[in-house]
Amino acid sequence: MENTLSNLSKSSAIIPSLERHYIHAKNGYKRRKTINLLMLSMTGLLSLMAIVPLFWIIGYVFYKGGQFINLDFFIQTPRPMGIVGGGVLHSIEGTIIMTIISALIAIPPGIMAAFYAAYYPNTPLGVALRFGTDVLSGVPSIVVGIFCYALFVKPVGHYSALAGGIALAILMLPTIIRTTEEMIKLVPQNMREGSLALGAPEWRTALKVTLPAAINGIITGFLLGLARAAGETAPLLFTALGNDRFEAGRMIQSGLHGGQSIFKIIGNILSQPVDSLPLTLYKYAQQPFAERVNQSWAVALVLICFVLFTNIIARIWVQSRTGKR
Amino acid sequence: MEISIETRENTSVKYPSLVSLPVLPISNKGLLDGFEIKMEILNLSVFYNKFRALNEISVKIPTNRITAIIGPSGCGKSTLLRSLNRMNDLTPKIHIEGEIKLDAKNIYGKGVDIVDVRRRVGMVFQRPNPFPMSIFENVAYGPRLYGISNRMLLDEIVETSLVKAALWDEVKDKLNQSGMTISGGQQQRLCIARALAVEPEIILMDEPASALDPVATIKIEELMQTLKTNYTIVIVTHNMQQAARVSDFTAFMMINQERAGTLVEFGATPQIFTNPKNRQTEDYVTGRFG
Repeated sequence: MENTLSNLSKSSAIIPSLERHYIHAKNGYKRRKTINLLMLSMTGLLSLMAIVPLFWIIGYVFYKGGQFINLDFFIQTPRPMGIVGGGVLHSIEGTIIMTIISALIAIPPGIMAAFYAAYYPNTPLGVALRFGTDVLSGVPSIVVGIFCYALFVKPVGHYSALAGGIALAILMLPTIIRTTEEMIKLVPQNMREGSLALGAPEWRTALKVTLPAAINGIITGFLLGLARAAGETAPLLFTALGNDRFEAGRMIQSGLHGGQSIFKIIGNILSQPVDSLPLTLYKYAQQPFAERVNQSWAVALVLICFVLFTNIIARIWVQSRTGKR
Repeated sequence: MEISIETRENTSVKYPSLVSLPVLPISNKGLLDGFEIKMEILNLSVFYNKFRALNEISVKIPTNRITAIIGPSGCGKSTLLRSLNRMNDLTPKIHIEGEIKLDAKNIYGKGVDIVDVRRRVGMVFQRPNPFPMSIFENVAYGPRLYGISNRMLLDEIVETSLVKAALWDEVKDKLNQSGMTISGGQQQRLCIARALAVEPEIILMDEPASALDPVATIKIEELMQTLKTNYTIVIVTHNMQQAARVSDFTAFMMINQERAGTLVEFGATPQIFTNPKNRQTEDYVTGRFG
């Protein structure tokens, strides 16, 4: 201790000269204040500019699409080209069907992979997993589309909702894995130990303790992945193609009427080409009929509302749950 | 390096550095004569990678008594405690030498079921760690693990465990509420109830009150006194007053020259705190360091 003290006093001998030559705190006061003000207003202005596009888009889409939204728009299928009226029920159904398929495909392996990545981050497989998901999340969605086309459309011979769902699942997977992994890592280690100390095996601990503790964050990640997948267009061009005569309701009815089993009906629906909201938007916007262009604005509005609401719900969900703890 | 300490008379007394002192084995022959021994730790060494964290520790844990492990931070108290129910197995690259005998059977021996060890040797952690489920399910978690699914039997186990943990009266009307909504002290007693529900023989406590306020701490300490009639308790604590208040026997640990945790002295608690045989123990319990 005495040693350290003497060391201190030796080094402190240098400080006075420093003070005399380099420190001019008082003189620079005004200049510092001006620069500070300047920088602050600049960052404020630029931040404002960063959020302007969002509100601009939302406002414009609401303005253009809002006037064409009505009940028929949600419950009717398209009329023939050039005829006024009709709706986009087919693409709403298609979007719902494909998101459900993609969720069913992506969630179980996504959550398992996330557990592996969180528990064994330094094993070769763990490292590969994290690197792989990072790369996968950067793969252009059109590439995923053509991949699924080659694997699930070409051999079968026709486009289908199933192929579209698989493409969306691949796009959702990285989001689900990474957010779930982060959420699992946030679960206190001692909670896991508490279960293991009772003699519980690792799998039971993961399922009964860690998963419930992390479930809010996992659901949030899942919702965000869902919102992203539901808004994808490019991969669906190669897989679901689009089908403006698609009517799930009619298929179920006629199937039941014809005495088909539930599985047969579901199989029929899944093997059809389907439309989705972004696909419809893309196709309608290119058409020369004013009615279709207007409807594409309305579709844009529905899509934007969907993404907005999922984000807001996810946020509220997390806040209400974390607030309670 | 030397440590100088100002005494009341304002004269500086110099103590040689504590880590350079050789650790003297203190013979305590006859100390545990007449006591039933629940657990016997024999020449236990624990290595992280090649670093020796615990150095040949031998202690006997008497049945139905509270044994406290005290010592400065980083001396291996928790490592020792976590060896007793094989929680150390979770640590990567760990290597254990020596034996820990539970009722004369080595828990690190061949063919030992780790699940059985952990059922018989329960553990309570430093921070209350209730599971994200209801109070009832928290306590029923262990019994369910061992295949009990009869609702009436579970009800009974949950109630008796909560009664034993002195928590029943406070939570009997809100058993379905989340275990995370009750206070910290109640959470810790819930964790004790959870440990009791699988009918352990030994309860390990790793600084069970360090995250609690004084009132909750007293409750935990009183609880330990009632529990010791049926269970053997080993407690790790930073708080020497707590060790002096609750325990029957005390083990004092410190790091030796190679920074490995070493048992310095083991004895009856009053003797350790009033008449320690070892100089380092005396320095520690009188507050000269630590």
